[in-house]
Amino acid sequence: MSRTEFMQGNAACAEGALAAGCRFFGGYPITPSTEIAETMARRLPKAGGVFISMEDELASIAAVIGAAWTGARAMTATSGPGFSLMMENIGYAAMTETPCVVVNIQRGGPSTGQPTRAAQGDMLQCRFGSHGDYSTIALTPNSVQEMFDLTAKAFDLADRYRVPTFLMSDEIVGHMRERVTIPDAVEVERPRPLAEGSLPFEAGDDGVPGFAPFGSGRAVHVTGLTHDERGYPDTTDPEAHDKLVRRLVAKVESARREIADYEVVNPDAETVFVTYGPPSRTVEQVMRDRPDDSIGHLRLRIVWPFPEFALKVFPNAKTFLMPELNMGQVVREVQRHVDQPVVSIPKIGGELHTPAELVRVLEVYR
Amino acid sequence: MRHEIRFSGYGGQGIILSAVILGRAAALYDDKYAVQTQVYGPEARGGASMGQVVIDDTPILYPEVTEPDIYVIMSQQGFEKYGIRAGEDAVMLIDADLVRSRPTCRYYEIPATSEAKGTLGREIVANIVMMGALVTATGVVSREAIERAVLDSVPKGTEELNLKALKRGFELGERA
Repeated sequence: MSRTEFMQGNAACAEGALAAGCRFFGGYPITPSTEIAETMARRLPKAGGVFISMEDELASIAAVIGAAWTGARAMTATSGPGFSLMMENIGYAAMTETPCVVVNIQRGGPSTGQPTRAAQGDMLQCRFGSHGDYSTIALTPNSVQEMFDLTAKAFDLADRYRVPTFLMSDEIVGHMRERVTIPDAVEVERPRPLAEGSLPFEAGDDGVPGFAPFGSGRAVHVTGLTHDERGYPDTTDPEAHDKLVRRLVAKVESARREIADYEVVNPDAETVFVTYGPPSRTVEQVMRDRPDDSIGHLRLRIVWPFPEFALKVFPNAKTFLMPELNMGQVVREVQRHVDQPVVSIPKIGGELHTPAELVRVLEVYR
Repeated sequence: MRHEIRFSGYGGQGIILSAVILGRAAALYDDKYAVQTQVYGPEARGGASMGQVVIDDTPILYPEVTEPDIYVIMSQQGFEKYGIRAGEDAVMLIDADLVRSRPTCRYYEIPATSEAKGTLGREIVANIVMMGALVTATGVVSREAIERAVLDSVPKGTEELNLKALKRGFELGERA
């Protein structure tokens, strides 16, 4: 059984989290993400969960990390300024391998910028925003249905790889209303438990240690300092640091193919759009209005880890075009993986590229 | 066929709710596709408010409204900000008591607010009167669909009043 609703993207995000078994939300309201917190505040107590309105975003992500270590599926939702405040503890979540979900309904920045307008300006921040080397996963929905589906999926990825996982949406998708189908339940994959005889941060071949949350009966020491497989600080040995941090990056990067989620249209095309989030819908509109096999589209539902192999799906590509709601962020990743010219089509100010704008771009670059 | 409908009035009239109800009618009860968006700014109650809906028989890709073919305008400021540039082929429903200007496109004067205040006794249902007129004047969704969407969306205990307002709107739209 499922139900069909006409719902806002932010509400669908909250429904996706609830369906995936999220039972803790720690947050601080911020436009344009607030409806997620509002929905969770209404719904979580009735679902046996806990909603805490925290004093700020530093505390929000800290509470989420704590809740995750009790074994709960935990999340927060924010936007630019709040996301910036979360950065230090996002690094802590990466270093302590805490499975959790951070939703960023992106708005125009820098600073308080445009609270009520859309942007994709935090795409590099979600990849590199905390200090030091680490790797994370970022999902990029382009519809209300995907706000539900990808939020639920984010929890599975967070658990599978024990990383903070980002739902990188924006004001357009967060606030639009569309039809959405909500299943009664979604299948969930919880973290692999820590095996008997394994140390708490001892990983197998996939680089991901089993998880023993507090209260599971195992003694686990959790620290943001460089640590050994027992979880004890070991902050001066170059080898200890090298081994740990290489593993934190490799457990995600070496699973790029397994994590990847993208759509390909017209793989024989010569001119290829690469998109994520709402600009993908403008490209889809242009391609429906002007059917043309020489134009292709790679639409990423997961931007990080970046699936560079997906670019090779277009063997005849002569030019890649990348519309983004920023001044050119993920385009850098495309540029460093292909030999062909890659053209950034930036747009800032809060509005989506129009079909007419992309048609003009095609006239220049085809 | 793709329709782009824009509602504008002042904050507090239920402009955004009108857009949501119309989108809901199309997407849930008329077996069509709909995307509803709004100007989401710091406008206070009384300022110009705007909500829009795209309705189509096929899945909606580009979600934003570029050139509305249907306007529902319920305040002078709303007209000046969001209605004045209406294209020649558009059609506009105007609350005749609240909007002084008239567009260059085809338009219908709907006395929604005076009907709501007078005949129905509650000014607050003016947007529902307007919605009824919109449906019969343009056929953008069916009467059945809009009735169900209105009933889904209004507070308990006000169903009868809202249905009356909607029916009054149907009549005004038919005559337009």
